[in-house]
Order: sequence, then C-alpha cells, then structure tokens
Amino acid sequence: MRILFKTNYKQDLNLAKHGGHRFWYGLLIFVLFAAPLILDGYYIGEATRVLIYAMAGLGLMVLTGFTGQASLGHAAFLAIGAYTNAWFLAQGFSSFVALPMAALLSMIGGLLVAIPASRMSGIYLAIATLAFAIIVEDFAGHLTSITGGNRGMMVDAPMLFGYQIWQTWGLYLFVLSVLVAATLAVLNILRSPLGRAMIAVRDSEVSSQALGVNPMKIKVFAFTVSAAITGLAGAFLAHYMLFLTPQIFGILLSIQLLLMIVLGGLGTVHGVFFGAVLIGVLETGISIAKDTLPSSISGLPGIEPFIFGAILISVIAFEPTGIYGRWVKIRSYMEFFPIYKRKSFKRQRAYLKTERLR
Amino acid sequence: MNEFMQLLIIGISQGCIYGLMALGFVMIYKATEMVNFAQGDMMMLGSFVAWTLIMDLGMPFWLGVPATLIIMALFGALVDILIVRRVIGQPQFAVVILTLGLGIIFRAAAGMIWGQVPLTIDSPISGFSSFHGIVIGNERLAIIAVTALLIVILWAYFRYSKWGIAMKAASQNQLAAYYSGIPVRVIISAVWAVAAAISALAGILLAPITLIEPMNGLLGIKAFAAAVIGGFGSMPGAILGGLIVGIIEPFAAAYVPAVKGSMVYIVMLIVLALRPQGLFAQIHRKKL
Repeated sequence: MRILFKTNYKQDLNLAKHGGHRFWYGLLIFVLFAAPLILDGYYIGEATRVLIYAMAGLGLMVLTGFTGQASLGHAAFLAIGAYTNAWFLAQGFSSFVALPMAALLSMIGGLLVAIPASRMSGIYLAIATLAFAIIVEDFAGHLTSITGGNRGMMVDAPMLFGYQIWQTWGLYLFVLSVLVAATLAVLNILRSPLGRAMIAVRDSEVSSQALGVNPMKIKVFAFTVSAAITGLAGAFLAHYMLFLTPQIFGILLSIQLLLMIVLGGLGTVHGVFFGAVLIGVLETGISIAKDTLPSSISGLPGIEPFIFGAILISVIAFEPTGIYGRWVKIRSYMEFFPIYKRKSFKRQRAYLKTERLR
Repeated sequence: MNEFMQLLIIGISQGCIYGLMALGFVMIYKATEMVNFAQGDMMMLGSFVAWTLIMDLGMPFWLGVPATLIIMALFGALVDILIVRRVIGQPQFAVVILTLGLGIIFRAAAGMIWGQVPLTIDSPISGFSSFHGIVIGNERLAIIAVTALLIVILWAYFRYSKWGIAMKAASQNQLAAYYSGIPVRVIISAVWAVAAAISALAGILLAPITLIEPMNGLLGIKAFAAAVIGGFGSMPGAILGGLIVGIIEPFAAAYVPAVKGSMVYIVMLIVLALRPQGLFAQIHRKKL
C-alpha cells in the first residue's frame, strides 16, 4: 500500500500522482510507439482501429461519462469528421488543414445539436441526438457532389509536409500521437474549473446551479469538445476505411461507441481505453473463433451482435461500473490484502428518481 | 384531391401501427420511468411468432392471433422479471443501454431462428375497397378499425378495471401505491406484458402490408419519435404522435422525396426545440 506524502497543494493537481504512475504510463506510451518495430502489418492495422475507437470513445466519454448527457448519435460526428477530412484531402489540402477542419465542422455540428439539446435531459436528449444522427446519415446519402452519395467515396492517404502516408505503421503513429495529445487535453480539461463544473452538472444539476455553475453553458461546452474529438476520430476512421459510404455511420456505430464506454467504465478516462481494447479484441477474437468453431454455430447469421448484446446486458446487470470498476476492486483487494471489505464498493441503495413533476 | 385522400388514408393506417408501438413505450415509461428501446424488436418478434403459429404450425388465423398475444405477453413479463427489474433505481442511462442491448439480442436471435429471408403471413382480409375513386387496401382499413377498437378497450380498461386503475396508481406514485396495498412489482410486470402484447398486435397488423424480417425492429425508432412528438407519458399523445408520423411519411415521399427518410426526425427535432416536452406534456420543466 502506497502512502503519498504531500508537501504542496499543487500535488493534488498533478496528472501523474506519484513515481509509479510516471513510470508505468511512460512505459506504456513507449511500448505503444515502439510497437510497429515488433508487430507485423495486420496487428498494427487492428491496433490502429482500436486507437480510432478509443479516440471516438474519448469524445463520447467527455459528454456522457463526465457531463452525464447520453448521446445516441455520435456516429453523426464521426461522419462529419470523416467526410470533411476526405473532401479537403481530395481538394489537395494537407492533413494540417483537413484535420482541424474536420474537428471544426464537427464542432459546429455539435453546437447545432447542443443549443436545443441543452434544454433537454435523459431520454429526450438521447432521442434528439439519435434523430440528428439519422438526419446526417440521410444527408450524406443525398449530397452526392461532396460525399459521393450511396455509391461511396475513396479517401486519399494523409498528407504531411508534402508526403503521403501510405504505410500502415505511418497511420498508426499518426493516430497514436493525435490520441495522446487528445487524451492529455481531456485530462487537463477535467482538472480545470470547466471539467469540475462538468462533473458537478452530471452529479446534480440543481446543486451545480446553486454553486454558480450555468448548466446550459457547461453542456454546450461539453457537446462541442466531444464533437470535436469525435470528429478527429472520424477523420482517422476515413483513412482506416479507405472507402466511405453513409451506411458505415448508422445507428449501430453509435450504439457500439456507447457500448464501448459503458463496458470500459463510465466516467473514467481509463474506461475508454479498456472498452476500446475489449471491443477490438472481441471483434478480432470472434472472427478468429469463427474459423475454428463448427460451421453449425459460426454459420448462424447475427452471432456477433448476439454476443455483443449479451455482454452488454451482463455488464449493465452485474458490473455497472465496467471493466475499470472491476479493476479498481481487484487493485484495492491487493493493496489492502488481508482487510479488504466487499462492502466498501457496495452500491448505495437507490430509490426511483422521478423525472416527472419536478 | 383523390391522391391527397389516398395518401392520407395510407398515412393514417401506417400511423396507427406507430401509434400502437408508441403506446407500448408510453405505458412502460409511465409505469416504471424506463424507456424500452427494444419495443420495436418486440413487435418484430410478435410478427415472427405469429408467422410460426399460423404459417408453420398451421393454426387458423383467428386462433393464431390471440395465441401470439398471450405468448408475447408472457415474454414481456419474463423480460421484466429476469432482466429489467435488476436496473430499477440505476440512472436512466443504464436502462437505455440495457434495452438497446436487449433489442440487439432480439434482432440477432430472430435472424438466427427465422433467417434473414423476408416472410409473409396470408391474412384473411385482402382485396381493395373503393369509394369515389379512392382505392384502399382492405388490410389498411382493418388496421385502422382494430386500432380504434383497441383504443376503446384500453380506455375502458384504465377507466373501469381494477388492474387498470392499479396500473395508473403505480405509475403516479409507486410508494403511495405500495402503501395502499397494490403489488407494485406484479403490476409493473403486467404493464410489460400488456405493452409487449400491444406491440405484438402492431406487428401482426403490419405483417400483411410489409414483409416480416428482423430489421423491422428498427421501426421502433420511428415509433419512438412518435412518442416524443406526442409527449412521453401521454397515452392519447402517443396515438396522435403516431398518426402525425404516419401521415408525414407518405406525403414527404410524394412531394419532397429528397428528405423522405429524415422528415419525421426533422419534425421531431422542431417539436422538441419549440416544446421540449412534446405536444402533450406531462413532464414539467424544473423551475428554480
């Protein structure tokens, strides 16, 4: 068990709380950046997909995990980011223009949703974002001049300093660096007054208002940040997919993103990465398992969504805090070894919170 | 003029289906404050069960329909008892994700059991009626008639029957209902059963005019839009919202084909922006 000796108030604000954090996270980043030296192309491609999922999940986590606004329409921001990026690259701009534009346009999309959405809560918000996603998908199919409509659109490789990045490992390193930057940005937002206000709004809108936070502004802010990060993820998704059709950005993608952050653990940045890795491993694992299983099982249509759904339900029913919550329990079991009490993580008894007549 | 009337009647009959599904949403929401995103998939399962009973096992249509309703009612109650009950009291978000997951499972299971090839049910009602040059399929008229009948039955049920009144009481205040001796848990399962049966009926009504396939479950999203337009928590609102959604669709397809897929959602967003609580609000904004 580690005891932190604090000599300065600023220590509470440090991103890495102690040497252990510094060492392990440093090692993790080093290993991730060194991975292309060891792994072959297929696994680097899979890892790129996991990183892109993680970036999109990070965006959704800002909104859903930290501000408490459920969104069923984040595929829309992915779509906006992907198409903007692809369009700007097709016009001959470099990635230094295309990526910020992807983030910016998604941000504008986020603002458009946020202004009416900040007046809604709960299911109304979920359904409004869902409607937004359906509308965006529909428009992507109709704006043939920009998106190529339902016939689809080829995506050029990222352009950096006049070089096109065609290699798998090049894309991997590019995504990884942007993801590290985005994660640091989110962590910094979270320890700033704005981030604390977001968490306050999530926990209780009334009390946050009483403490001088304007929930509307905070929600709009969370929406724009979330949309911008998801838009970036969309831009990279375009590079990963190489070919864009509106169908990619259907409801199922939004649900998958939501599934990811819930599985990982809502309200934690770790959860995003756990969730992304789990989803990535599951997808690869299921497709590998399909080859080994007898065809009577693997040949069934829809076995993948079935497994996804089953995992989703069991997590919500048995471990609502997700993988990260489970990890925290295991860690504290080891830290406090002989005196660990199950009850310290017991959920508070919750009564039905009514949304009516309040 | 004839074209207008024709589109209107097609819209109303489609709207009745949406309205019935929206009614299922609203009933469950009123009773438990949970939003059942799997409602559309329950409708889809209902039509598959009806297909199995009527076409596969050869039951007569008029026996197959009530049997389907009973099976689906039991199924709805089981879903509540085995799964949904666990998340009562958790944030609404958990419920949304849980029911989304249920929907995915139902859709995948239907695909595994019945396959992806669309199926049809031979309905005993067929042919066309025409008045003054308007030609309408008899199935569509049957949908409107059955929906109207069901609304009257439900109204009487909630107005006069003991169980209906208990359901209303439980939805107004669970604690007070419990203190007055109403078995709230049983009532909530019963609400799930009734909602599942209603959506199964919607599925059976829909079967003759479209094909039965697992992706029909996604129609639930349109029904959801209907419930939101009507104001979640209002049963007449749900039916009216369903009719609005149903009528918008054929008109948008006929006059502005570019937005036919998203018109419903655009209207819904406009309604939400102007009246965030729907047209028939039961939920009031918190005032501080």
